Amino acid sequence: MADLVVETCLGIESTADNLGMGVARSDGTILANVITTHVPEEGGIHPREAARHHAEVMGETLSEALDSAGITARDLDYIAFSQGPGMGPSLRTGATAARALAVRLGIPLVGVNHCVAHIEIGRLATGAEDPLALYVSGGNTIVTGFEAGRYRIFGETLDIAVGNCLDTFSREAGLPYPGGPAVERLALEGGTLISLPYVVKGMDLSYSGLLTAVTQAYRSGKWSLEDLCFSLQEVAYSMLGEVTERALAHTGKRELLLTGGVGANKRLRAMIGSIAEEHGAAPSFVPIGYATDNGAMIAWTGVLAFRSGIRTPIDRSHIDPRWRLDRVEVPWRS
Amino acid sequence: MEELTLIAKGAEADILLDPDWNGVKAIIKRRGEKRYRIPELDAAIRRSRTVREASIIHRAKEAGVPTPLIYGVDPDGARIVMEYVEGEKVRDVVDRIGPRERARLFKEIGMKAGLLHGAGIAHGDLTTSNIISGGGRVVFIDFGLAEMSEDVESRGVDLNLMYRMLMSTHYEHTEELFVAFKAGYEETLGEAREALDRMDEISKRGRYVERE
Repeated sequence: MADLVVETCLGIESTADNLGMGVARSDGTILANVITTHVPEEGGIHPREAARHHAEVMGETLSEALDSAGITARDLDYIAFSQGPGMGPSLRTGATAARALAVRLGIPLVGVNHCVAHIEIGRLATGAEDPLALYVSGGNTIVTGFEAGRYRIFGETLDIAVGNCLDTFSREAGLPYPGGPAVERLALEGGTLISLPYVVKGMDLSYSGLLTAVTQAYRSGKWSLEDLCFSLQEVAYSMLGEVTERALAHTGKRELLLTGGVGANKRLRAMIGSIAEEHGAAPSFVPIGYATDNGAMIAWTGVLAFRSGIRTPIDRSHIDPRWRLDRVEVPWRS
Repeated sequence: MEELTLIAKGAEADILLDPDWNGVKAIIKRRGEKRYRIPELDAAIRRSRTVREASIIHRAKEAGVPTPLIYGVDPDGARIVMEYVEGEKVRDVVDRIGPRERARLFKEIGMKAGLLHGAGIAHGDLTTSNIISGGGRVVFIDFGLAEMSEDVESRGVDLNLMYRMLMSTHYEHTEELFVAFKAGYEETLGEAREALDRMDEISKRGRYVERE
């Protein structure tokens, strides 16, 4: 009976440098997915600057999302927002907007875990049912799979995220923003493997030593930037491949999902495809608009959560910048 | 000559059974090529891990930690020939046995882990898939990621992985199993407290965990 009623959810994503507004319907259609990105004038993301950007474009991004969905705010049944993990000031900006809208429209609020949302939109967009997921971005590096009510973490970075490693190196080397694609382009011109630390600790990874080493190698002037980018990519992604492959063997999952902004990298995609093939698993790659931080993933996960009875009262809607993926109950899959 | 049988295809290596290797039942661990890695990086990783694994397995045994006997090493072929250990992976045993047996098993594992660390060896992949239970003893296998290290950091990483595995795979008994493990570990390693404290610290270094 409930399935006959199609609900519409607005999702607000603001964990880092992207402000995303998406509209999802409970039948699994995405009506809108608008993303605006804060580009720092120099250096990396400054949380306060990113939050200021998000606040400035909040109104117009909302209008654009509603227009693009062909609906008005009155057509919304509930509001979902990214409650964590992420940068506090950015998260707070999105959460404030979500609360204000929910109160104004008199509709429920649903707090969503950003990492869960990346996996759920990946499943929706690719049709994967029960994948082992490699989620790689500027802020996260996680190998995860669903087991007994939650997304369990099989491997993760012990320090910085792989995307952070690539971005920081590209800034050091004076490459244009965004860093990942710039490194990827140059890597195609390189071919000499420079010895760099390959750090896999059990199922976990460490990228801070690799970043230090590749930065020092760059400053030494001994190597071409092309070879440095080539070696950095090969080592950084091979580490991911190793942990992913081991988790795939351990869990015996039949699907392998690559998601997050770094998932756009062609070299990493080739590695994941090769690993999946080796283990007889079906690889799937999340389209970039859904792989990067976006509002549609929050809206869709909001739908899943809402329909499992999850509500977030205003007085419990405070953000949690350190909300771990494996602490979230996932009743819609149980 | 009898044929080799593939008995396990690990993520990193194939485990082959040779029923008659110079008259004994033997395991051949062969690190296969990983097509996702470029050949140069792949060869360097496989060669160095093969040599390191064989030498560390030997040292662990000297320290009183049951490990397979090494019969032969082929670095370029990335192969180790070693004793076939009768038994079952602890991972598959845990959910089948009762609480008392579980506690005894994990105390024993903790004691051997303490001896291992005391000998300056960090296993590097200390999971319940890499310990075989059989014939009343536990045998540690797969030293492919092991390193000679007396660093409290490496010990902490081992302990953290064991704990994480108990959480992800044996979530019904996580605390109970770890309490038993810890008791054994503290019994055989003088600096156990330090390593356990470091484990706590490492677990908090993961992304987005609760920090006090």
